[in-house]
Amino acid sequence: MHDLIVIGAGPAGMAAAREAAETGLSVLLLDEQRRAGGQIYRDVDRVAPLRGDLLGRDYTEGLALTRRLDHAAITHVAGAVVWQIETPLRVAYSIDDKAHVAKGRRLLIATGALERPMPLPGWTLPGVMSAGAAQILLKQSGIVAQRAVLAGSGPLLYLVAAQMLRAGTPPLALVETQSRADLARAMRHLPAALRGWRYLAKGMAMLAALKRAGVARHVGATGLAIEGQDRARALRFTAGGKSHRIEADTVLLHHGVVPNTQTARSMGLVHRWNAAQSCFAPTLDDWGRSSDPEVFIAGDGAGIGGARVAALAGQMAALQIAHDLGALSPARRDQAAAPLRRAMARERAARPFIDAAYPPHAPALLPEDDTIVCRCEEVTAGDIRRYAKMGCDGPNQTKAFGRPGMGPCQGRYCGLTVTQLLSEAHGRRPDETGYYRIRPPLKPVTLGEIAALELPKED
Amino acid sequence: MKPAFRDLAPGGRRVGVTFDGRALQLPEGQNLAAALLAAGIGRFRDTPVSGAPRGPFCMMGACYDCLVLIDGCTRQACQTEVRDGLVIDTPRGPADA
Repeated sequence: MHDLIVIGAGPAGMAAAREAAETGLSVLLLDEQRRAGGQIYRDVDRVAPLRGDLLGRDYTEGLALTRRLDHAAITHVAGAVVWQIETPLRVAYSIDDKAHVAKGRRLLIATGALERPMPLPGWTLPGVMSAGAAQILLKQSGIVAQRAVLAGSGPLLYLVAAQMLRAGTPPLALVETQSRADLARAMRHLPAALRGWRYLAKGMAMLAALKRAGVARHVGATGLAIEGQDRARALRFTAGGKSHRIEADTVLLHHGVVPNTQTARSMGLVHRWNAAQSCFAPTLDDWGRSSDPEVFIAGDGAGIGGARVAALAGQMAALQIAHDLGALSPARRDQAAAPLRRAMARERAARPFIDAAYPPHAPALLPEDDTIVCRCEEVTAGDIRRYAKMGCDGPNQTKAFGRPGMGPCQGRYCGLTVTQLLSEAHGRRPDETGYYRIRPPLKPVTLGEIAALELPKED
Repeated sequence: MKPAFRDLAPGGRRVGVTFDGRALQLPEGQNLAAALLAAGIGRFRDTPVSGAPRGPFCMMGACYDCLVLIDGCTRQACQTEVRDGLVIDTPRGPADA
């Protein structure tokens, strides 16, 4: 029996594991990747010496977190794919096709974010990837797309473009969907955002570098579509009153990230719609405690805040868990939490400005009828609207109509779109429409693995 | 024409694998999806629903679009490391579902 089981070795999970270990708790840290870091600091121990300069300080600062996993009370299990969680807390996971079960007193879900699905015509073609995928390729494997267009909105587009530029392979163009009106609306958040000036200065510096390098930039783009039969050949769009077509081998899409709620949902934890970020997020108290008192959530999986907020939230959750288990008095918990709360407020200051200046691309939230929304089962937006007209009420019912969300990704890349399409069709709020019911196994597991499973003794 | 992806630091030990019967030398231990992209392979499978071509999309184990058959078992290429002797095949549409 572990005091704390943490799922995910990104910034939130790593920081929480260390904080908890220092209060004397035993920690089992389960992570799907072979090396710690999560997506933001993917493979940082191995890669920082190779490409740290190119990837920048925001990447290499992950080394401080991975180094701190070296603690006698932390058992870091890499390559562990979690596929079921039961209460009282029992976590089933597989490593190299062998299944295991661990028991814990508390659980911290630190499974991070997914890129917001961006269904556009042609987005399923080979050669179309998320911008985050391009970044992962660059970080982990040192490979970079040569003739690429970046499309969508948000600071990650600038970061990926700047890293590609430093790698000597700048993108062909940045095709941005946010408009000058969005920026004007965001200005009311600017005074508050100045506390987080570091984020704003970084964005400005990246844009200046891209401009100097002559990377074409289109703002307020509409009508985005990817052309191609067997693979992506070109991106079409309208901007500045003109039609454009850019030939490219790779089209990198991004319009924000959203909490990866798959694990939390599989436990039936309460989620609410966050209108500012157009996504669902779990309902948590100030410490990250969910609707199940033994389960905490920290990091981007709790609501998008970025890597630094994630690490701070992980520490906060660890303090409260240590208090729950009698390892920390309320006074010591509060004393340790005070500077973390102040740092969190500072790191979050720029977020309302960024969210308003870089809203999701509206036509990709409610795509045109012909656009595929469920990539796995190839269900279109028009199909979902048709099911709604036939009386289909909620996301779970759509499965019976046409299988959306029932393919291998289990709804990770269509869930939000289906909720929004049904909400639109029925004139309801997303909270009323709800979301897919997520059931274990969270990741595919073979019957052989389950059959060979040794369960821990009951105690 | 330039290949779609460039390897910033080629080198390191390479091992032999096959992709649809074709022999490839890939960097040992590298992410398999990344190694195939760098080798000029973008089409990893055809979907079981319509037979449409697909390749890697998320690179973080969430989208399941980079599925390949490794020694006959369906795997996510982006969650697999290159090992000597891998026999990789592409799932070909409805028949392989």
